[in-house]
Amino acid sequence: MTTARIPLLHRYANPAVFGRLASQVLPWTTGAAILLLALGLYFALFSSPPDYQQGNSVRIMYVHVPAAIMSEVVYGMMAAAAAAGIIWKHALADLFVKAAAPLGAAFTFICLVAGSLWGKPMWGAWWVWDARLTSELILFFLYLGYLALVDAFDDPQRGLKAGAILVLVGVVDLPIIKFSVDWWNTLHQPASLMTMAGPKVDPSMLLPLILMIGGFTAFFITVVMLRLESELLARRIRAWRTAAGDE
Amino acid sequence: MDDLMTFLAMGGYGVYVWPAYGLTALAFVGMLGWTVVTLKARRREEQGLAAAGRIRRGRREAES
Repeated sequence: MTTARIPLLHRYANPAVFGRLASQVLPWTTGAAILLLALGLYFALFSSPPDYQQGNSVRIMYVHVPAAIMSEVVYGMMAAAAAAGIIWKHALADLFVKAAAPLGAAFTFICLVAGSLWGKPMWGAWWVWDARLTSELILFFLYLGYLALVDAFDDPQRGLKAGAILVLVGVVDLPIIKFSVDWWNTLHQPASLMTMAGPKVDPSMLLPLILMIGGFTAFFITVVMLRLESELLARRIRAWRTAAGDE
Repeated sequence: MDDLMTFLAMGGYGVYVWPAYGLTALAFVGMLGWTVVTLKARRREEQGLAAAGRIRRGRREAES
């Protein structure tokens, strides 16, 4: 992050500015999510071929892989926001971490269960303790740990701070997940999208995959902005109640 | 009808494919639904407080 971007970040950290930004951006991200998911589902379920080895079970990939990508990207964004919250006392950063966490947990859960439903017919096992699956399961526990910790304090601000530290410590799991398939012999296949030589997926399968990744992303942006607005409202309501001596 | 059954069977993998998509759909509806319900409740609460005169000097000052 360059220093030149900090003033811009702080501008959007202002809740009133965020509200205006959200109302401008939300219709577009909502539309994009609906369109991309509808198109993605059409190609994923109808208009893409079965795999020559895996048959129609390959269609699980179109929810498993986008969920896996989101599980890591959302955590990465949370870690960046947690750092911004600690370093610059960014007004919205800690609340973003809290707003994003349940969504990241849900994506991780989808990734794990869809992966399990794919593993059973292809590997003959619902679950194996290989490095990729285990490190992704640890990511799920990191999300759950954050969600438990953030609400465990009487002072919400202390919960946010403790949670931010947990998220930053847990960020070490991200490269482990990413490179687990290279560092260890895993039953899980190695990377086929983000390789040095470009994607190794046939275009007929790459299209639904990219549409679904886009749809998951647009959905996340839409819902996380609504959740951020919700967290801001909660903080405002709490401030009023405290000021009025209700608590 | 046969076409539909063939489609649903997914070449014998339907029992794995459909739960994966069903769970994803449920999770998406859950995320959005829970978020919207909470947001609407908080908006109502905020308006209720405003109506009760808790917010005399506007939102910006109440925050600081």
